[in-house]
Formats: sequence, structure tokens, C-alpha cells
Amino acid sequence: MPVLRWIRRNLIVIAGLLTLAYMILPNVVVMVFSFNKPNGRFNYAWQRFSLDAWKDPCGVADMCGSLSLSLQIAAWATIGATVLGTMIAFALVRYRFRARGAINSLIFLPMAMPEVVMAASLLTLFLNMGAQLGFWTILIAHIMFCLSFVVTAVKARVMSMDPRLEEAARDLYAGPVQTFLRVTLPIAAPGIAAGALLAFALSFDDFIITNFNSGNTVTFPMFVWGSAQRGTPVQINVIGTAMFIIAVLVVVVGQLIANRRKNSAH
Amino acid sequence: MTLTKEAPPAAPITRPKVRKPSTRKRLVPYWLLLPGILWLVVFFALPLVYQASTSVQTGSLEKGFEVTWHFQTYWDALKDYYPQFIRSLLYAGTATILCLLLGYPLAYLIAFKAGRWRNVVLVLVIAPFFTSFLIRTLAWKTILADGGAVVDVLNTLHVLDVTSWLGWTESNRVLATPMAVVCGLTYNFLPFMILPLYTSLERIDGRLHEAAGDLYATPATTFRKVTFPLSMPGVVSGTLLTFIPASGDYVNAELLGSTDTKMVGSVIQTQFLRVLDYPTAAALSFMLMAVVLIMVTVYIRRSGTEDLV
Repeated sequence: MPVLRWIRRNLIVIAGLLTLAYMILPNVVVMVFSFNKPNGRFNYAWQRFSLDAWKDPCGVADMCGSLSLSLQIAAWATIGATVLGTMIAFALVRYRFRARGAINSLIFLPMAMPEVVMAASLLTLFLNMGAQLGFWTILIAHIMFCLSFVVTAVKARVMSMDPRLEEAARDLYAGPVQTFLRVTLPIAAPGIAAGALLAFALSFDDFIITNFNSGNTVTFPMFVWGSAQRGTPVQINVIGTAMFIIAVLVVVVGQLIANRRKNSAH
Repeated sequence: MTLTKEAPPAAPITRPKVRKPSTRKRLVPYWLLLPGILWLVVFFALPLVYQASTSVQTGSLEKGFEVTWHFQTYWDALKDYYPQFIRSLLYAGTATILCLLLGYPLAYLIAFKAGRWRNVVLVLVIAPFFTSFLIRTLAWKTILADGGAVVDVLNTLHVLDVTSWLGWTESNRVLATPMAVVCGLTYNFLPFMILPLYTSLERIDGRLHEAAGDLYATPATTFRKVTFPLSMPGVVSGTLLTFIPASGDYVNAELLGSTDTKMVGSVIQTQFLRVLDYPTAAALSFMLMAVVLIMVTVYIRRSGTEDLV
């Protein structure tokens, strides 16, 4: 049987593509159901095609408000975590000092802990301090758990950097500030950008830690969570689809720019 | 080359400075570390201490809580919620194994077989990340719906008979059963398995495969003796990145499961945010952390890649 032989020879490719299909399937469903016109409150069964939700994406009360709140928090959390994380990464890679091991573990631990543990313990701290739960507690929590990921991303890049480039800059009479801004930062930039992008995605999508520390403040994931009980509006699928498309576009454009740079460098 | 002739006069002035850094310079790493580390100490480490203290408190919301070293809470919590605890570890473990089985071929495909499609496939792996994971998890409700296409196919193939007998599904339902929860967990954490696997596979020199073939190794032997051992760092970090978050997750259990599939995360959430029984919630959360950390440490020791911790 030639078919069976073909299947056997390409087993890995077939299995891999099946996994890929498993990963993409929900996105396809989200996209298809953004064009649905559901009968009841729940958008789980296909009724008929409609563009209503796309024409009026903010037609649901509070949804776009929660979306813009999530974007704001993600932006501030990204800035905070990227600045603090980049500083830590440089210190860890470029300097030898005592307590390096302890600090490495402190960076590793938040990534090796179930989110619900961090969420619950942070809540006990806020309760003990009598802090008002809301925007600020969410922001503090998000910077905390994004920090380790930024450090890891930036560290990887800084480690592969050649320190002789900075020495060369200094030999050419560049001051420390000039060396940092003109040489170090541009080389480390891809790592910092990767860390920042990761922080933004993690913060924007975080549910568990936000659920514990948000009080009555509703971020976008919190809104989606609540809507799962009350009935999901079609607009949620519109936002999901738009996010997917924007992400793909950002990656494609980024690739194109990187390719062009590579080509012009040669 | 003329530059080198002019350089020496400057050297005697700068050299001593480099050899003996000033106190200000020696403090640079500490200044760089201070804000970030302070953040982690105050908002990560200190909360764990507070939680430990909360877990041995007694009292009520009205009268306030007090540290009374009431360790009984741990025992009571374990007695009441051990099914959820065991279930969490079981579901997370199953999802991790499934992620490894599903993720390995895809990572292998991207690393060795994709060719010029590599970046496209990578984008397809990462892009779903950007649609909120809650929205994607809700989509599984549609996919696994009673009487939907997936359930029909599984029914026709008599798969559901087998899984029902094993206790994974209930008669003709997939939604609100353990299978749905494990399916959701596997789906949500697959990228965390694939990316580290891909990174470690990509580092393998393709010539090693050729060498193995030249030495008359079959593709299966090559995989067993060369590829898989070399991909171990990816396997270890992938399984950790999947198992740890999955063990504490409660979103999949809440959205895709029923009251019979609740995981320990759900209990912690309910006790903390609805019942407001802080000591029990803190004790459960502390035990989850301890169990996960112990398992992770043992696992890392066993697999021999200690550079992680």
C-alpha cells in the first residue's frame, strides 16, 4: 500500500500538522463566531451570519472600558518591568558580586510557582496593609510577575554580546553615557524588545493574579470571565479576532524589517 | 597602524584607575539591582511570609485574625480538599504528558522539516497567544458541545464508550468531564512546551543525524540515541513550564468542567474571595507551593540539569 508507506515516512510531519491544527482550531472558532447572530445570551451555537458585532464592537456596556483599562495597565507594567528587569539583567551579566546566586534564585522563583500561590499571597499582603484594591494593586502585581521574564529575555541577549565592542568605543574616547547610548543599548535592544513584548502580552492576558488583586476593578480578562456566566456577547469574539490579526501583522512586519536590515547589511 | 604609536602616553594615566575601581564604581551593580530586587522582595517574598503567617491564624472577619500557631488548619484543609489536590496533580500531570507527546512532533517539524516555512509555523504557534486565553478556552465550549461535530465523531468511532468506561467522560458528553478539562489544560500550555523543545532541537547539529545514519542506525535508533538525549534540556524546561502553571490553574476546570472536576486552584479562589476563610485558603496555597517545589526539585535532580536552580 503506497498510501500507508507515505504516511509512515511522513509520520512526524503529519503528527506535527495535527498538533498545529489543534492549536489553531479555537482561533478559527473565535473568528467564525464573531460573524454569528446568536438567539439567546450565549454565543455557543451557530445561528446565522451577521456583521452586526463588527459594525459596533463597543456596543456592549463596559467592554471597551475594560479593554482600554487592560491596555493602560499592560503599557505601564511593560515600562516598569522592562526598566527594572533590564537593570537587573545588566548587573547579573556584567558584574561579579556577592549574593549573585541568591539573586538568581529570587528571579527564578516567581516563574517556578503556580500563579494562584503568588496571587493569594499578594492578596494577604494587601489585606494586611489595608491597601485599596484596584488599579495600583493590579499594576504592582503585574510588574512583579513580568519582571523575571524580562530579566531572562534581556540576560540571554546581553550574554551573547561582545564586551570588546564597548571597549572599542571607550578606546575611541566615548564617555560612559555615550558608550551606553550609542553602543550597548542598540545591541541589547532586540533582547529588551522581546522582554517588553512578553511583558505586555503576559500583563494584558493575565487573569488569575488580577482576579485576586483587582477588587471591583474590571480588566478585559475579568470582563470575559464574568461574561462566561452572564452570557458572552459576540463582540468578545470580534476583539479576540482583531487581536489575533494585529499580532500576526506585527510579527510579519517585524520579520520584513529584520529581513530588509539583514539584506542591506550584506 | 599609526594610531598605536600615539596610544602609549595615555596608558599610564588610565591604567591604575582600571585596576583599582573606586567605591562608586564597585557599587554600580548594587544600584542597578536595588529597585528591581526591592520590588521582588516586597511584592513576592514578603507576601509569602504573610501567607505563612495567615495560615496559622484563627479568628473571623468581624473580630479579626490572630496568629495562634493553629497548625490544625493544615490538617483540616487536607482532609476536606485532598480530592481536589490529587485531581490537580493528576490533571496537570496528564496534560504535561499529552503536551510532550503532541508538542514534540511539532517542535521537530519546525526545527528540521519546515525549511522555508519555519517562520510561518513559528508565527502560527505564537500568534494564538495574543487572543486572550479566556476567549480561546471559551471556544472549546463550542467545539466540545453536546451533539457537536467532535462529540459525534468520537461517538461514531466508539471512543466515548472507552473513555466513559475509564471515567474520563460521561455517556455521550465530553463537556463538563475530566476529559474536557485535560483537553483545555493541554491546549493552553502547549506553546510553553513547544518553544523550549524547539530551541533545544534547533541547536542540534544536523550532521549528527547523518553520522548516525552512516553508522547504520535506523531513524528510530537515531532518535532514541541521538536526538532525544540532546533535546533533554528542552524536555525538562518544557515539562516544568507546563506542569507548574497547570497544577495551580482553575480557569479550565471552571469553564470546561463541573463540580466533580474542581482543582485546588478553584478551592483557593473560593475560600479567599467568596468564603473569606483566609487561614484555610492560605494553608492550601502554601501546601500547593510546597508540593510543586518539592516535585520540581526532585525532577530537576533526577534529570540531571541542575543549572536551572
